[in-house]
Amino acid sequence: MAEPGFARRYLFTTDHRVVSLQFLVFSMFMALCGGAFMVLMRMNLAWPGIKWPLLGSLFPAVMQSGIMKPEFYIALVTMHGTVMIFFVISLALVSGLGHFIVPEQIGARQMAFPLLSALSFWIVVAAAAVLLASFGFEGGAPASGWTAYPPLSAVRTAVPGSLWGQTLWIAAMGLFIVSFLLGAINLITTILDCRAPGLGLFEMPIATWSYLAAATLGLLTFPALLAAAILLLCDRHFGTSFYLPAGLFFGKKLLPNEGGTPLLWQHLFWFLGHPEVYVLALPAWGIVLELISVYARRPVFAYRTTVYCFWAVTVLSMVVWGHHMYVSGMNPYAGEFFALATLSITIPSTVLGVNMLAGLWGGAIQMRLPMLFAIASLVMFGSGGFGGLFLGNATSDIQLHDTYFVVGHFHLMIGGVTLLATFAALHHWYPRMFGSVMGETLGRIHFWLTFPTFYVIFLLMHFDGLAGMPRRYYSWNKYDYLAGVRGHQVWISLLAFLLGAAQLLFLYNFFRGMRRK
Amino acid sequence: MSSANSAGRRLAAAVWVLAVFVVVMALSRVWLPLLASEHGAGVDRMLHYLMVTAGLMLLGGHVFLGYMLWRFSGREAATAGGAPEHRERRWSLAAAAFMALVAEGGVLALGLPVWNRYFLSEAPGNALTIEVTAEQFAWNVRYAGTDGEFGRTDPKLITLDNPLGLDSRDKRGADDIVSLNVMHAVAGRPVRIRLRSKDVIHSFFLPNFRVKQDAVPGMTVEVWFTPTRQGRFELACTQLCGFGHYEMKGVLIVQTAEEFARWTAEQSRG
Repeated sequence: MAEPGFARRYLFTTDHRVVSLQFLVFSMFMALCGGAFMVLMRMNLAWPGIKWPLLGSLFPAVMQSGIMKPEFYIALVTMHGTVMIFFVISLALVSGLGHFIVPEQIGARQMAFPLLSALSFWIVVAAAAVLLASFGFEGGAPASGWTAYPPLSAVRTAVPGSLWGQTLWIAAMGLFIVSFLLGAINLITTILDCRAPGLGLFEMPIATWSYLAAATLGLLTFPALLAAAILLLCDRHFGTSFYLPAGLFFGKKLLPNEGGTPLLWQHLFWFLGHPEVYVLALPAWGIVLELISVYARRPVFAYRTTVYCFWAVTVLSMVVWGHHMYVSGMNPYAGEFFALATLSITIPSTVLGVNMLAGLWGGAIQMRLPMLFAIASLVMFGSGGFGGLFLGNATSDIQLHDTYFVVGHFHLMIGGVTLLATFAALHHWYPRMFGSVMGETLGRIHFWLTFPTFYVIFLLMHFDGLAGMPRRYYSWNKYDYLAGVRGHQVWISLLAFLLGAAQLLFLYNFFRGMRRK
Repeated sequence: MSSANSAGRRLAAAVWVLAVFVVVMALSRVWLPLLASEHGAGVDRMLHYLMVTAGLMLLGGHVFLGYMLWRFSGREAATAGGAPEHRERRWSLAAAAFMALVAEGGVLALGLPVWNRYFLSEAPGNALTIEVTAEQFAWNVRYAGTDGEFGRTDPKLITLDNPLGLDSRDKRGADDIVSLNVMHAVAGRPVRIRLRSKDVIHSFFLPNFRVKQDAVPGMTVEVWFTPTRQGRFELACTQLCGFGHYEMKGVLIVQTAEEFARWTAEQSRG
């Protein structure tokens, strides 16, 4: 039989190891896009309204005579969030590493449905293409935030990005969700059905357990967003009023809609939106627990309790979505319920954190690159988790909701915990993937430029949030009460540029390592 | 010293330095905006409780993690691990119980009473009612005037000159005071905000008063608070509402009862 050609081996393959690599490399490409959006945002936040003549000549429509338009800024906010959450972290950690780690750990020769693996990848490429194409349409990219609250996202004249960009966002999310669901079904079936003979569920490595919980959670919650997005599409283009009440007034014109409520979207969105955080966090925790056990040379601390906590988090995360809506106009009694439910999820999360810590006690710690990143991920989990106590509590959330406290908190959790765990896993499993290692020195430089920088940037944002700094602002210059903290933005931007540049070192290291044998 | 050992100790030192950074930042200034409302003291108590408890847990966690990295890095073999599950589990459950006490206990004892007072109780009878109707990108403010009753509004009547859609046939509306982006209130007298929106969701945030409430089209949401301090305070929008979101600023002027009465009289004459 002839050797398969390049396209058959690396593009249209059903081999899970190659699909894993496809997901990883594509997520790196998307990270470059999301990172570029970040750089543009941070340039404007540090020096709002300043002229960037070069950018002005490159993108005359959105950087008029070099000054960023406010509608372009919020489009960047929207695209950065959507790309980073769904097309970077989810692709790299859940789909990419999931396709590699899970079969590896349970002794499966292939995934349960190899064709679905390939399908899942190519659908997500289409989703990303649709999303990025939105920049080229009239009105530009979507600009209602990654949360896409109607009426801003439902009325096409509400903001320029709502004209066409939002429709493309809905299409992209629809495709993404289909891809994710195919991947989740594949992971769950593989874990339940394709384990090596004799490998019992409670003998599985801890990381595989975390993937089982994450895939199950995604499978149960993503369809809610798919349904919600279809309703939003109908409101936008087919004259329905699921999210639109009577009396809406735009551009000197009364809209004919009546009977809907914007709060319906928030409930449906956050029914996925909050569990999504755990879909990303669970595999990160699983990887950190696994690597702490490997590099401290001792078994996972309280293995069974840890597994039960994964499932407790999975179940509880589906009844806490309302903590995003304390001041939304939702019934305040519901706010009380969600406050108590949210704080009850801190209990299994605390057990997981403590088990990670306790896994170091009495160990023989080998501080190799994967362990450095795993410990850093644990630090982010601790600090981010303590911030969660402020936001899960309805009373303190009154002041902190939609401020930079929230921005700092979720970047530590779904940015820091997950990204650093991804780096840890990539360093750890790299030799199994490519039969070589990434450069040690470059790896350490990348680590030391990433971990403290990331931590300082987002801790600082917590304090700005306490001072009441609202998020998704193009500039705060109009507000005197923020005079004392506005200056932080320059520091945050400079550190963010450093953080972004450091990731290029990682990419270089990752691709160079493959060639070293 | 082996290289793994020194790498572990470097990381331990970094973890300690970061903890010091957090503590120094937290203590370097008063972060919360100057307090100017009654229930806000309860919100601040909740925030301060969390800053202290979460701060101590963060500090303790970092110190302990750094200690383990320092002590156990680079050793040849582990001296713990593999104990029966029920003995290890005790430690995790003890930590969980402690967290439940701190987190849930804090919510029940300090948080919910303030929440209930802020959201679940009616404003006192002497409250001053201000209707605030948000739109892209301004706050329409309306007072009921001397008769204490608001005139009827209808979205069908909205024009550039009549942004609220006031119905001129309704006599109760004749003395309504309407203004843009500026509210007046009296120190010590409760304020009831009737919050509405004409287009997208906005959020009514008075940082000094610890008041935040989304203005949702199709709904009228009421919040109330009691100003305790005179002065000129800023109002910001905290729900993404379009390209002008960052410029949607308003002002709340808190005055004495006499100053407020004089202002009301001036407005009614005008």
